[in-house]
Amino acid sequence: MAQVSDKVMVELRNVDKFYGANKVVKNLNLQIREGEFLTMLGPSGCGKTTTLRMIAGFEAVTSGAVIIEGENVGNKAPYQRNVNTVFQNYALFPHMNVYDNIAFGLTEKKVKKEEIRQRVGEMLSLVQMDGYEKRMPSQLSGGQKQRVAIARALVNRPKVLLLDEPLGALDLKLRKQMQVELKHLQRQLGITFVYVTHDQEESLTMSDRIAVMNNGILEQIGPPDKIYNQPATKFVADFIGESNILEASVGSVDGDSLNVIFETGSAEVSAAGFSQDEMVYISVRPEKLKCSAAAVPGFNLRGTVKEHIYVGSIIKTIIELPNGQDLKMSLLAGTPLIAPGEVVWVYWEKDGTVVLHTHEETLYNLIEQVPKIEVSV
Amino acid sequence: MNTVTPPLVSFRAEATASEKRMALSRSIPLFLMVGPVILWLLIFVAAPLVYILVISFMKKGTYGGVVASLNFQNYLRIYDPLYLKIFFVSIVIALATTVLCLVLGYPFAYIIARARDRNKSILLSLIMLPFWTNSLIRTYGWIILLRTNGTFNTLLQSTHLVFRPLQMLYTNGAVMVGMVYTLFPFMVLPLYSSIEKLDRSLLEAANDLGAKPRRAFWRVTLPLTVPGVFAGCIQVFIPTLGYFFISDLLGGGNSVLVGNLIRNQFLAARDWPFGAALSILLIVFTIVLMRVYKHFGGSLENIT
Repeated sequence: MAQVSDKVMVELRNVDKFYGANKVVKNLNLQIREGEFLTMLGPSGCGKTTTLRMIAGFEAVTSGAVIIEGENVGNKAPYQRNVNTVFQNYALFPHMNVYDNIAFGLTEKKVKKEEIRQRVGEMLSLVQMDGYEKRMPSQLSGGQKQRVAIARALVNRPKVLLLDEPLGALDLKLRKQMQVELKHLQRQLGITFVYVTHDQEESLTMSDRIAVMNNGILEQIGPPDKIYNQPATKFVADFIGESNILEASVGSVDGDSLNVIFETGSAEVSAAGFSQDEMVYISVRPEKLKCSAAAVPGFNLRGTVKEHIYVGSIIKTIIELPNGQDLKMSLLAGTPLIAPGEVVWVYWEKDGTVVLHTHEETLYNLIEQVPKIEVSV
Repeated sequence: MNTVTPPLVSFRAEATASEKRMALSRSIPLFLMVGPVILWLLIFVAAPLVYILVISFMKKGTYGGVVASLNFQNYLRIYDPLYLKIFFVSIVIALATTVLCLVLGYPFAYIIARARDRNKSILLSLIMLPFWTNSLIRTYGWIILLRTNGTFNTLLQSTHLVFRPLQMLYTNGAVMVGMVYTLFPFMVLPLYSSIEKLDRSLLEAANDLGAKPRRAFWRVTLPLTVPGVFAGCIQVFIPTLGYFFISDLLGGGNSVLVGNLIRNQFLAARDWPFGAALSILLIVFTIVLMRVYKHFGGSLENIT
């Protein structure tokens, strides 16, 4: 079982990628460590796939450097880079059987026949596809194609495996299963994985670190729990999991405690580095939001229970604030519910909030908005 | 229950009536639509073919015309070395034309398929444009270019590359130039569509796995565009055997191909039965080729 080392395997330094006037990736700086499972997460068109393709060598950087194992590979073609890709649509060669597909990279490297046979065999058992050598790709299911695509890339023993939404075409159950398998595979082999997805749940499940991208900008990078619990920007708070985001202004600052004033109330929150009268966002996770019939010290915010939505093991309660904003609250099923129409006091667990500067948002809006164009593979 | 039953029954009755109407309305247009087509095919395709087949077993009359008498003389005559040579030369020229079209057409089709959308339509229309002119007229154009005092010879002499005009017109080479020129689009279009269909991520995958562009072409692009290669070759090879006007105009009397031979039997020699026998042979040859193509094309389609 391999561990993440301190050695930097892939580094992107001040990378820009423009398509004419379209700025797809803007001044990206990123270090990916050896043995790490890094996920690039973001909505469609955020530049994550383009970034992956720049590491693979399918796209050239407009400016900046792509460094793999300390070597600037900017001028190197894909076939000269020690990385391999698992494509979104698998891209298996339809005229070759499973064996020849997996052996492709090794025959290109003129590896001896006997060694090819042995290594392809190992890969087939690694991805649990023994006995499928003679099948054509058209005779395989989506999940099987996926396994062959992974084996075809891994058989070359790459330093870095790049995966471009590899599970996107699979159904939910198979996707969950493959997520776990991929994670185990990565741990077992100790290869650096760079994984692109727009599925935030998938990224939380699998990654050592998540790089959240939006509009060509790296919004935040960190371990899943940090990304989830301490989002650095409003976008991250909104995109990862569900969040209630309230606009507020700082009324008074008392050490690490702030009194924030909403349109329709106020609350005490703990956060440092904010100044009086500053506009802020308060982000509260639905599972941290509470309500009560009686007022709670430190909170002065009221709302009307609108409805309850049953989602299996949890119940989502929607509370409407007087200004019309809906707050989402999730409760475990079986908790006594307050009847819709009742007016309640809203509060939250002290550690459940994140206070965000709004000026980051303004800064971000000043930079021209990039049209949402995902470069198709 | 009694109150419910009657409407149910009447609903059922109505349903069966409408079903009958549907069945009727289905059968009438089917007959009306297919009938004329079948009639047309019978009159203009089946009847002439049967006619040709029948007279190929008859004898030539003294003053032209056909004398009814069942025999295989016309088919046996083809074994004459003279005619076998014509068949042989025809097939060689057709093969050479096909290979030339393929060698010239593949890069061309590749460039079009990989061009930007706007350039793509310009390049495709450049291929298609000459098609809207009569091919006979375009072949006459080649005479002006190739003849002794033609454009090419004038050019070669004025630049002192040659002292004496070259014999270009009325050679097998001229016939092939004309054939390649006329049939080039038949090669390019199927190739273009199969290259265009090729998923580019397959080439990226090949590059990713260590194959340089040239290797990726041989291992991925070419095998996956074989159906287009076959289709193009068939569409060039078969017409080349029959385009007698090209060998007439550009080959003069020096080049007699199967197409010319058949035409001569019908028009000059007035030996319809022999011409018919040659036609039948050409048709059978074409059918065999199509079968071979279908065999390969079919199995290739299963793979892709």
